[in-house]
Amino acid sequence: MTLVLNLFSIGAICAGLVFFVAGTVGLLRFPDPLSRLHALTKADNIGLGLVVLGLLPFANGVLGGLKLMVVWVLVQLSGATVGQLIAQSMRRNGPNA
Amino acid sequence: MIVQVLDIGLVALLLTLAGWTILARFTFPAVVSYVAYGLLLSLIWVRLFAVDVALTEAAIGGGFTGVLLIAAASRLRTTTPTEQGPAAPLRWAVAVLSALATLALAIVVLLLPDPSPTLAPQAIDNIAITGLGNPVTAVLIAYRAFDTMLEKCVLVLAVVGVWSVASDRYWGGAPSAPRAVAQSGALTLFAQLLPPLGILIGIRIFWVGADEPGGAFQGGAILAAMWMIVMMASLGDAPAISKRWIRIAVVAGPIVFIGVGVLGFATAGGFLAYPAGIAKTVIIFVEIFMTLSIAAALPMLVAGPPIQAPRL
Amino acid sequence: MTDFLFAAAVFILFMVAIGLVRVLYGPHDADRAMAAQLFGSGGIASLLLVASATHVRGVEDVAMGLALLAAFASVAFVNSVAAAGDDGVSGK
Repeated sequence: MTLVLNLFSIGAICAGLVFFVAGTVGLLRFPDPLSRLHALTKADNIGLGLVVLGLLPFANGVLGGLKLMVVWVLVQLSGATVGQLIAQSMRRNGPNA
Repeated sequence: MIVQVLDIGLVALLLTLAGWTILARFTFPAVVSYVAYGLLLSLIWVRLFAVDVALTEAAIGGGFTGVLLIAAASRLRTTTPTEQGPAAPLRWAVAVLSALATLALAIVVLLLPDPSPTLAPQAIDNIAITGLGNPVTAVLIAYRAFDTMLEKCVLVLAVVGVWSVASDRYWGGAPSAPRAVAQSGALTLFAQLLPPLGILIGIRIFWVGADEPGGAFQGGAILAAMWMIVMMASLGDAPAISKRWIRIAVVAGPIVFIGVGVLGFATAGGFLAYPAGIAKTVIIFVEIFMTLSIAAALPMLVAGPPIQAPRL
Repeated sequence: MTDFLFAAAVFILFMVAIGLVRVLYGPHDADRAMAAQLFGSGGIASLLLVASATHVRGVEDVAMGLALLAAFASVAFVNSVAAAGDDGVSGK
């Protein structure tokens, strides 16, 4: 049972790392701010979500697991809002925000 | 082995961020670097098992100082600098002196005897009398309550200092908190969804500080951040500084703390002595008002001095 | 398992460090606000991994507080970027 849980954790965390790499590479290599924003918001949310999923088996009981989920929801909320705000400011001010 | 890599990586990243913050030529990159530095430092505190400090660093260094610096930078953006920055030889001298001070501190820390002299065992041994389970809270509110009380007074002085920068005709008016320039549905939704959750989390972190990492300062900083988000989204205004309720909220913490301290003469034989048996109740009572004061004072610091004449 | 968690934390920090290049060289301030957001989520992921590996007590509260305040800081940064753009002054 522990072996299965460990394998599940390792798998989920590795998948999360892949998404973090994708988000960072996108942030650095995409040509303009809007596409960089797209890469960042998608990849980071899923990256953190998979890391949280992988850490759930090691959480401190049900309450600890719930808190991990709350952390993920908060980061998603802030990521979504920041994405919208950046995009709106770039649309308002033209490409030279 | 991998742990050493992690620790060395953290320190290298920290030094890099510090260097970028100093060497950045414009304000915004410097502030972003500084906030990232604060967040990284919070991770390092967790690595050193100082969770209360990590929470405070995240709250103040990562959140508040960033907003304060950004607000200051916005206010300065429309002014022109009146004098040149310091000359190169002075900057080199400062750099060399700072490096020497760091080196001296590092040598002192590395040369400490092992085990290093510490009062931690005594602090933990006597903690049962206070009824608390978290030794950091015991140090803050019981063993060194005098220092904490003075710190809260300093916070009140800071608010008064910020308010006194206003010109005479604006005294008593309302400050203008930094806010979004255009109505944004996303920001409004954010400011409606986040504060309820944030208030719950803030109260929980304050409450749980008696036995787990947390406490009045961290909980109060989170509550303050929630109020700031409401102001930033234009869903609420900073109150005029002549309003009685904001003034009472800001001074409530220190006044209650000093009051309890003076009562300590009568009940337990000394200033800020707590009567045995109800020590924890008294501590929680004081902490409630401290949290309230911090939650009221920090947003006022960011909102700044009043910029409108008071409405009569 | 703990070694793996530490290694994952190192990896994420390394990624975030690379992303910080955008803070320094990003042509627009919006890029810097994005790098701050990356730092927030990457930092929280690292924190959770390290704390899980070292069994620190109370670290989920730190992560919640950090998530709240990183959100707050990111939104404040983006507001200032928008304000700078609207002023017509260079975003720097």
